[in-house]
Amino acid sequence: MPMTETADAPAPAAAATLSAIELIGVVKTYQSRGEAVHAVKGIDLTIAQGEFFSLLGPSGCGKTTTMRVIAGFEEPTAGEVCLQGKNVTGVPANKRDVNMVFQSYALFPHMSVFENVAFGLRRKGVEKAEVTRRTAEMLEIVDLAGREKRRPKQLSGGQQQRVALARALVNRPRALLLDEPLGALDLKLRQAMQVELKRIQREVGITFVYVTHDQGEALAMSDRIAVMNDGVIEQLGSPREIYEHPASKFVAGFIGTSNLLTGTVAESGADTAVIRYGADERITVPVRGVFAEGAELELTVRPEKIDLRLEAPGNGACQITGTVTEVVYLGTSTNYNVRTSAGADVVVFTQNASSADDIAVRGDSVWLSWEPEHSYAIGTEAAP
Amino acid sequence: MSRRAAALTPYWLIMPGGLWLAIFFVVPMVMMLSLSLQQGDVVNGFQLTWHWQTYVDGVTTYHSQIVRSLQYGLASTLLQIVIGYPVAYWIAMHGGDRKTAYLFLLLLPFFVSFVLRTLSWQFFLSDDGILLGTLKSLGLVEQDYHVLATGGAVIGGLTYNFLPFMILPIYVALERVDPRLLEAAHDLYAGRVQTFLRVVLPLSLPGVFAGVLMTFVPAASDYVNATVLGGTNNTMIGNVIQNQYLVTQDYPMASALSFTLMGALLVGIFLYARALGTEDVLEVAAR
Ligand SMILES: Nc1ncnc2c1ncn2[C@@H]1O[C@H](COP(=O)(O)OP(=O)(O)O)[C@@H](O)[C@H]1O
Ligand SMILES: [Mg+2]
Repeated sequence: MPMTETADAPAPAAAATLSAIELIGVVKTYQSRGEAVHAVKGIDLTIAQGEFFSLLGPSGCGKTTTMRVIAGFEEPTAGEVCLQGKNVTGVPANKRDVNMVFQSYALFPHMSVFENVAFGLRRKGVEKAEVTRRTAEMLEIVDLAGREKRRPKQLSGGQQQRVALARALVNRPRALLLDEPLGALDLKLRQAMQVELKRIQREVGITFVYVTHDQGEALAMSDRIAVMNDGVIEQLGSPREIYEHPASKFVAGFIGTSNLLTGTVAESGADTAVIRYGADERITVPVRGVFAEGAELELTVRPEKIDLRLEAPGNGACQITGTVTEVVYLGTSTNYNVRTSAGADVVVFTQNASSADDIAVRGDSVWLSWEPEHSYAIGTEAAP
Repeated sequence: MSRRAAALTPYWLIMPGGLWLAIFFVVPMVMMLSLSLQQGDVVNGFQLTWHWQTYVDGVTTYHSQIVRSLQYGLASTLLQIVIGYPVAYWIAMHGGDRKTAYLFLLLLPFFVSFVLRTLSWQFFLSDDGILLGTLKSLGLVEQDYHVLATGGAVIGGLTYNFLPFMILPIYVALERVDPRLLEAAHDLYAGRVQTFLRVVLPLSLPGVFAGVLMTFVPAASDYVNATVLGGTNNTMIGNVIQNQYLVTQDYPMASALSFTLMGALLVGIFLYARALGTEDVLEVAAR
């Protein structure tokens, strides 16, 4: 699978400051009942100091395993883990300067909130008065002051989540590892906690490595995202890059809604190609590399980038025709499902800026058009 | 079902058990209590005379057996914790897929009757038996060395016989400890010892607590081990009670001693529960 390290990401090795976390060729293979499970198949990753970095991917793609290798709960089958430029492969978890927020929180049920949060400081031998001061301060930050004496089971899910966060953050680790920390919360609370987490991260300035399978969450919170699939990183870049320029069909499909169109190359220039689509429609798409005429090419367009009209929009570089098969009014926007001339199903979102009627109704013949830079040819960087 | 009938359901469910307890537990208890306050003999029958003096006589005559019973019970319970905890820990934490098999192996000897098991210990430990006989013929121990008829033998027998009742509750408590908690402790800079002391041990204390309840009471009131392994100088209160009932047939004394033992055990357990059964203990242990 291709892996794109995009240009404006913080340059790892060149920077004067050490990277917070570096994974070099990390492989993790579990032995399960005599069978090898390849959870992580080779990951290279550099996470900068103070970055909010997300590992995004479907369930079972190896996100938790990657985290556990960083935290030191699992030793990699091959490869190296570096923290602050120091190789820590083989160093046990209690000697690593990173802390983990567990998916299920893993709060100590027999301890009060205060005891839970103070646990790490006490183990590090921090002086008693200092433990009290820092624990109180951290409980203040996560808005749990006054609940020190409660047991975890006397708290709501959101509060438990914040105790778990405080328990890790109070140690001022070099990096905080969060494994789907909001997964157990309902939608409203999850959105509130997303904002809260961003605020706390800015306040404490600690590197966050955030695992999620929720693409919306990753887009909203991250400085950079690594999209994982089946034990490898499919694409690594800023949320915008990953959304606007998905490097593979998988990424295009996993992040947001995406329309996939397949055509054949009619003309191939230095940085654009013209695709013949359907009977005789033309789509111009930016590419890297030159393609043989007649080669098949897939491209993606986001639904909100497409302009839908009843008449021909003029001499656009990308325009195709189709028939409306469904209209869904959603208040702020209206979604149209369109069957194209070549028989593909395309989704179009239009903003309802005015209160006028929908542009088209079911059965209408419509024109779809977009700017060439809003479409993206899949896998062209790997092509000759 | 009407709402009213539904509200009565719990009472219907508790009926069989409740009746059972009333008939076979409460009634005999009351009869025994009454018997302990009667005077007379088997031939002429017993009369309720509210003769509390029997209790005083019982305690003065047999206080050494009472104290010994509590001591043996306590000693064997402590030994069971020392032996049983590591076993339970190992099965729960390192038993892997074979946990059930290990538990079964542990329980296997206990399918044999209690008395038979104790008798086999007697056979094994007898002065010229397999163990001591061999050691003596090898000249490794003195010719007059013996294990049977000592307090140690009784405590050993009690420890052996009630061990599963200590191991099982501890195992259940340890088995329920979420492995993520161990990882969390590890992540928060606790080494193996600290993780055990601060997290595993406090979370397994309820199991130890239950184990103590389940073994101390039967061990302190046992008489089989003292009879088979203890000889004449290490009798426990259970032996005295048995003797009073079946040999001397002084029923009031036997009943009074039974109630005295019950009272002593109840007080002991109450104090123990007050001291250890609260969440504060867990909190202190975790600090
Ligand atoms: N301890 C383990 N033993 C065997 N297989 C495992 C173990 N942990 C995870 N796996 C397998 O490794 C793969 C990746 O798991 P995981 O890292 O938990 O994925 P994610 O967190 O992305 O959902 C899955 O197929 C999972 O079944
Ligand atoms: Mg996971």
